[in-house]
Amino acid sequence: MPDALIAGVHEFPERKTAKSVLEIQALSARAALADAGLSPKDVDGYFTVAGNPGVGPLATVDYLNLTPRYVDGTTIGGSSFVAHVNHAAAAIAEGRCRVALITYGSTSRSSGIAVGTRERIAGEYVDQFEALYGISTVGLYALVARRHMHVYGTTSAQLAEIAVACRRHAGLNPLALYRDPITVEDVLKSPMISSPLHLLDCCVITDGGGAVVVVHPDVARDLRKPPVRILGSAEAVAHARAGHRDYLTTAAAQTGPRALAEASVSHDEIDMAMIYDSFTITVLMTLEDLGFCKKGEGGAFVSGERLRLGGELPINTDGGGLSSNHPGMRGIFLVVEAVKQLRGECGERQVQDCRTALVHGTGGTLGTRHSGATLVLGRA
Amino acid sequence: MAEYAKPLPEITAESRPFWEGCKRHQFLVQRCRACGARQHYPRGICAACWGDDLEWLPSAGRGTVYAFTVTYRTQARGFRDELPYVLAYVELEEGVQVLTNLVGGDPEAIRIGMPVRVTFEDVSAEVSIPRFTPA
Repeated sequence: MPDALIAGVHEFPERKTAKSVLEIQALSARAALADAGLSPKDVDGYFTVAGNPGVGPLATVDYLNLTPRYVDGTTIGGSSFVAHVNHAAAAIAEGRCRVALITYGSTSRSSGIAVGTRERIAGEYVDQFEALYGISTVGLYALVARRHMHVYGTTSAQLAEIAVACRRHAGLNPLALYRDPITVEDVLKSPMISSPLHLLDCCVITDGGGAVVVVHPDVARDLRKPPVRILGSAEAVAHARAGHRDYLTTAAAQTGPRALAEASVSHDEIDMAMIYDSFTITVLMTLEDLGFCKKGEGGAFVSGERLRLGGELPINTDGGGLSSNHPGMRGIFLVVEAVKQLRGECGERQVQDCRTALVHGTGGTLGTRHSGATLVLGRA
Repeated sequence: MAEYAKPLPEITAESRPFWEGCKRHQFLVQRCRACGARQHYPRGICAACWGDDLEWLPSAGRGTVYAFTVTYRTQARGFRDELPYVLAYVELEEGVQVLTNLVGGDPEAIRIGMPVRVTFEDVSAEVSIPRFTPA
């Protein structure tokens, strides 16, 4: 793995804001650089998505008044920011930059964007074979959830365990949108959105944003906090294979083994995991494909409080997209929370003696095409 | 005919033969003359070998349900007025999966593996939309 370190992180605290997408990113960038002990003039690499209309890297670099010598606008859905960390590390290892700033901002909630149920039109060639059937993000995950249930006997109650675990953790996160505990029954009784996914199987819709600073080891030496090591990383895209796809296998089946091998870390060495939770099914299938359990055994694996703090594999300790925040692309928060856990800064929701964390982002939809990006992070 | 409220396909030169087939109530599947691979959605190259010598073969229009979801909430144009509706993948006998709607049956009675056949809705002079219904 390229030798680069994560030196600063910040999560924008508001869940509904009057601030703009650009302001959210500016305030997050300032805070993440302060967290690292660096200043804006130190930034020479810049990374963000081109996914916010009119607010790609060019607009943001202009607004922030930066002078990067390396720019990356990789936009592969909610996993983008996880991939940005991978790309930043590679750019730093190649000597293309030394202080890489990654930012994200979104006002989905205050703009009234129904992220999960809105008409899904990409403006791409393939729309003409998809959009005319009333596709939505939740529908395209629900298809796969139904297939998983059919093939492996997975149940709605098992999926609900994931939502319950995330809500439990959200109760320990003062910033989380929803903090009151829920039960499996609550999930099963919540309105059906797109069968078999209920309302509480779906992530929340919020405003939000954040920033991450990745640096060269020489820079990290003088900083105010112990940096976090990037031990392994990988990314992949899984898609329709021209009509010949096994929709029960996600991109994590490619990225998980690669990232863990690069890190020389085994599954039982992972102290906590941040798993993209657009929907409960996303988590269940990702855990299978990352190899935490066998394919098809995800339903049993997520049960029995295994995913809760104190369990065998605590996940999404911030409450996840299911309960804390989801402005449309959640990847940056996965990195932010994992870094805070490795630094021991998580207070009530701290995983004891957290030495190694795994981050996996999923972007796009499991039912058509999606990206996966995995990071294995370690305490310095 | 009543005005069609759902999204319409933006037909391009590349996809026109497929949509002309639909107009004739034929579901066309592309086959590569070089490697024999069949594919859907249709495109200008063979996804298997990147050859560009493709033929369009009429499907028998029969298949089985590979996956489905009954949608109760959506913002999608037209569909939000017809809840619930069924989004599905159908696996054609010719071996390709097709994203589609299932219509003409009780949504609660749908099962994976259920046999279905294609049906076409003529929505304009130019466009007929293929969907599937219990066989």
